[in-house]
Amino acid sequence: MFTFLAQATAPAASGFKFTPALGMFLAFVAVTLVITYFSARKATGSAAYFAAGRSIKGWQNGLAVAGDYMSAASFLGISGIICLSGYDGFMYSVGFLVAYLTVLLLVAEPLRNAGKYTMADLLAYRMNPRPVRAMASLSTLTVSTFYMIAQMVGAGGIIEKLIGIPFAPAVIGVGALMLVYVVFGGMLATTWVQIIKAMLLMCGAFALSWMVLAKFDFSLGRFFDAVAAADYAGSKAAKNLLDPGLKYGATLANPWGAWDFLSLALGLVLGTAGLPHILVRFYTVPDAKTARVSVVWATAIIGVFYILTTFFGFGAATILKQSLVASDITSAFIPLDAKGQLNGNMVAPTLALVLGGDMFYAFISAVAFATILAVVAGLTMSASTSFAHDFYTNVIHHGKPKTQGEEVRVARITAFVVGAVSISLAIQLGSSINAAMLVGLAFAVAASANLPVILFSVFWKRFNTAGAVSGLVVGLASSILLILLSKNGPWGWEAVVPGVAKPVKMGFFPLENPGIVSIPLGFLGAYFGTIFGKRDPEAEGKFAELSVRAETGLGSEKSGGH
Amino acid sequence: MTQLDWNRIAADPGFAELKRAKRRFIIPATIFFLVYYMALPVLVGFWPEMMKKPVLGKVNSAYLFALSQFIMTWVICWLYVRAARKWDIMNAELLKRLGH
Repeated sequence: MFTFLAQATAPAASGFKFTPALGMFLAFVAVTLVITYFSARKATGSAAYFAAGRSIKGWQNGLAVAGDYMSAASFLGISGIICLSGYDGFMYSVGFLVAYLTVLLLVAEPLRNAGKYTMADLLAYRMNPRPVRAMASLSTLTVSTFYMIAQMVGAGGIIEKLIGIPFAPAVIGVGALMLVYVVFGGMLATTWVQIIKAMLLMCGAFALSWMVLAKFDFSLGRFFDAVAAADYAGSKAAKNLLDPGLKYGATLANPWGAWDFLSLALGLVLGTAGLPHILVRFYTVPDAKTARVSVVWATAIIGVFYILTTFFGFGAATILKQSLVASDITSAFIPLDAKGQLNGNMVAPTLALVLGGDMFYAFISAVAFATILAVVAGLTMSASTSFAHDFYTNVIHHGKPKTQGEEVRVARITAFVVGAVSISLAIQLGSSINAAMLVGLAFAVAASANLPVILFSVFWKRFNTAGAVSGLVVGLASSILLILLSKNGPWGWEAVVPGVAKPVKMGFFPLENPGIVSIPLGFLGAYFGTIFGKRDPEAEGKFAELSVRAETGLGSEKSGGH
Repeated sequence: MTQLDWNRIAADPGFAELKRAKRRFIIPATIFFLVYYMALPVLVGFWPEMMKKPVLGKVNSAYLFALSQFIMTWVICWLYVRAARKWDIMNAELLKRLGH
């Protein structure tokens, strides 16, 4: 594969050179491929392939959940947005963490107790399985694909900058590698890739924060004094980055700013509990107790990580310089993207270069690569599991795979298709699409479509098939429609607002984040669908069974599936 | 396990007690953390001047409130784990008594 990669880049690779970053990345790839090789020998049968034989320990799964969560958007995106927009960017850190309380208190244990491989298993217990599974599968594929394109678009741009491989081959290389993990190693391999990556990322985050604090002689007072008058190393007028409202403040140009901030916050806290690639992780552990332990581990790790974003996010604004003139830019500047805007995604690696030199830059870059690769593998895994298990086996074949191992074979083929589709979409979109918008869409869709039906199905006896389907449809459709109608969508326009110097981007829907409207709509859709649908005595009769399963864990899927 | 068995467990007073014990913790805890969390964007978005006031050196109340969300999350996590230990014992007793 690497010879292929090298061949593909050879003609256009004027910027290509073997750098320490590439070397470290290749070392990570080599280690993980060895893991994949050993996992592949174990990955026979559905429980082994889809759920790692339900053999993952609590702390291991906690690291894997944390790894899945600390994606390129978290590490590169948040450090960038805090560095450029200050406090409003820190809201992502807070929301991403508090979201785990929703997972821990409401979702993790019932889901582990009553499910098998996917969130649709939980819904299908009481409902008419075919329509519910078909919709749940569609929503899973939608969320995963948007999330994945965002990661791939980010990846391509970063790889282009870091090791000089052009965008298209870079994306193809990442995609091909990820397919190797998923197709051959299944859930066991992707879990171990996440665990290793999470540890590397934590080391990187600690080292980066340490170096930032060393600049201030480890005095928090001096650090915050500098952040309160951040001047990008003298390249800009000083501003107080601790002040809220730099991005979402209500201004003449953006009168809805505060509502947008509220909507973002709501989407963040409720979105995680509906993210399919996080939810599938709870099926890889032996029981609900271990699922609980793994959420606690994840919360501890993720919390520490997001507190560290204070140092390498805010800190970057005191150390790195800003300029929009390409010829000015040297190594101490935040690089520009293809459109000539400041590339927030490159803040963390650039900071590493300035503070730690070439080798540390190489390490942080390799961690960033590893992050993207691992998260994309996890996403592909959850998408293909949902398609094979929910759609192929249960919708098309009424719950019975025709031959032994067919489900796994279909999942492997789906992984290939999902990979190919997102690779080609990412290449088509290029780096011009806003990756943050895609991740925002994924969170909003997850919170609007998936969360209401998961909660109602466990906690509401009267909930029925009509309610589940209408909740999924309304949540999915409204969140996507509102994003398309926002100023970032295809029908956004620019208008001149009195008193504002530059033209302002406008949309039919005044917010960038749809959550505050689409999440209540998702709940209402599920509620009214149930009320107006016929009462379903069978679904209500099975509520007792689902309750007992969800609360006691009786009859749950056991470990050791190989 | 037949439908009858499930219904028998569901109708057991011990099961109702387990469910009640869980809800007694989960419902107030969920309401508390959602209100505490959403108070952050509401205060910061609609009363920015108040939240911009420096409290500790240059550190303002907006940042301190955000930091307190981390503590809040860990504390609720810890309380949940402590409560869940009791539920595990109740659950084990219930299943043993019913012969599972």
